[in-house]
Amino acid sequence: MVDAGGARMIKVGDVVAERVFWIDRDLLKAYANASGDQNPIHQDEVFAKSVGLPDVIAHGMLTMALVGKFVTDWAGGAATVKEFSGRFTKPVVVPINQKVDLTVAATVSEIAAGMARLDITATSQGVKVLGMAKALVLKS
Amino acid sequence: MLNPDSVGRTFHSAEEVLVTQSEIQAFAAVLGETDTSVAPPTFSIRITLAQSQVLLSDPSVGLDWARLVHGDQKFEIYRPILAGDRLKCSSTIENYKVAAGNEIVTVRSDLHAASELVVSTWSTLVVRA
Repeated sequence: MVDAGGARMIKVGDVVAERVFWIDRDLLKAYANASGDQNPIHQDEVFAKSVGLPDVIAHGMLTMALVGKFVTDWAGGAATVKEFSGRFTKPVVVPINQKVDLTVAATVSEIAAGMARLDITATSQGVKVLGMAKALVLKS
Repeated sequence: MLNPDSVGRTFHSAEEVLVTQSEIQAFAAVLGETDTSVAPPTFSIRITLAQSQVLLSDPSVGLDWARLVHGDQKFEIYRPILAGDRLKCSSTIENYKVAAGNEIVTVRSDLHAASELVVSTWSTLVVRA
């Protein structure tokens, strides 16, 4: 559909193109400092394994923050986001000296009153890491 | 174990947290965001995580923070957080249940700038058995 100004209007079912973010230990350190979450499971391999994790894992909230970047780039800025939610289904495992993917995509599930709702998928190394992820943004 | 009387209780922080431009820039930089005119949508976790942990560490609550795992997270953003905001956190234990021996606690944290509600967040925290 095209509006009077010639711009393409969004509609339910539109797909937001998949995008890959790369996560490594340096990013975990930077996020720990920026967020204040210095939990050692996100930085210290020995500690992470001592509590039963396979390796250092990314902060769930880093995953969500990157998904938020995906959403705000589509919607037109951070000020557009009204609601944002997700469930941490599996950890993003980040071995040393590796970059692991966070692969994000979304579909427009609802449009109403200048707002759009996105249903979002996020995987890492083929594993779903965020469940029931949704965002409600100002978007017309 | 959580004290069941804690459910529904709200704890108010006495202190205001000042949001600085450099904090917004540092958070945005991690995400590759160059527009730092407002905070990224999840920035409030920087405030609510620490504040709710302090508020809900009241011994009468009985929450074991050492064994917590973050289960899910929701934000309702009434307006973006801006540099210069002075935010006060109030945290409420909204829901509590035990499933397969794990305690599942839903904590709502509201951030107010003076009387204006800026952001509400819900964190589901799982205390592993």
